Amino acid sequence: MQQIFGNFIDLSEEHEYLIIHFSPTSIPLQQRWRNNGLSADFLAEYWATFFPASDQISHNRRIEVKAAINYIANELLENVMKFCYKPADYAVDLKLYLFPNEFRFYTRNAIDPQTVAEFQALIQDLLTGDPQELYLQQVERNVLSDNKGVSHLGLLTMMNDYEANLGWRFESSAEHPDQVVLTTMVSLNL
Amino acid sequence: MQIKGDTFEVGYDPATVTIIFKGSMRLRGLDEYAPIIELMNKIADGAPLVITLDLQELNFLNSSGINMLFGYVIKVRDQACSQLLVRGATQVPWQTKSLQNLQRLMPTLQLEMV
Repeated sequence: MQQIFGNFIDLSEEHEYLIIHFSPTSIPLQQRWRNNGLSADFLAEYWATFFPASDQISHNRRIEVKAAINYIANELLENVMKFCYKPADYAVDLKLYLFPNEFRFYTRNAIDPQTVAEFQALIQDLLTGDPQELYLQQVERNVLSDNKGVSHLGLLTMMNDYEANLGWRFESSAEHPDQVVLTTMVSLNL
Repeated sequence: MQIKGDTFEVGYDPATVTIIFKGSMRLRGLDEYAPIIELMNKIADGAPLVITLDLQELNFLNSSGINMLFGYVIKVRDQACSQLLVRGATQVPWQTKSLQNLQRLMPTLQLEMV
């Protein structure tokens, strides 16, 4: 079973990429949380080397690229930490690919099957609504609900502030039909 | 008054009613931002004329932190007692992308990007 939402692009060729792969259950979340920043900082530093700074314009571009990678990688890792379905004991991947005109981030993790319908409804709202309006509405809603529940600001900031394109693939396998694996794709134009 | 973490610090200057944020903030949800929110709320509840948020040296803020910041702007807006001045830095990329939304939430908010 497979369902695709948004701007999801499957990978057919290999390019420059890095993968971070880990088990979500091997150490407690509190201890692992700090690694998000370390991983995001590393990815940003690494990919910034592909953007040499020879003048002020290219220097500024390098800073922008580095900050965008840092933010998006951090948010994706935080989301995976928060929402990966630990009973599935399914390892998590974050992959970051460099294409001539874009970066593409992919995370892959198991999610709670009980949350799929609600999350797909949220995705439909994200894909059909105005990102800026959704962003402001969500912030107001978070305050009204006294911030109980999920803020959803990670995805909204990526779409609104970084103009990233998002896509999702939900799938289950014949071997584990009760398991749902989510691949989230974020593409950032260069 | 100061709150320090491994990678950040939040200070308060009562003489200028300025809350100063420095470093990189990637705390895990609003529960971990709670001490900072408490400090900020205490200042807002004193109903000063102007509250300044100095973010110039805040190099990174995750979405939970952005949620905290925007939530505070809404609180100050709805209390309608104080003006808000936010100082940011054009050299810090997340600020040029995200801070402009604050004025959409609170049109009277003053945003100074240096």
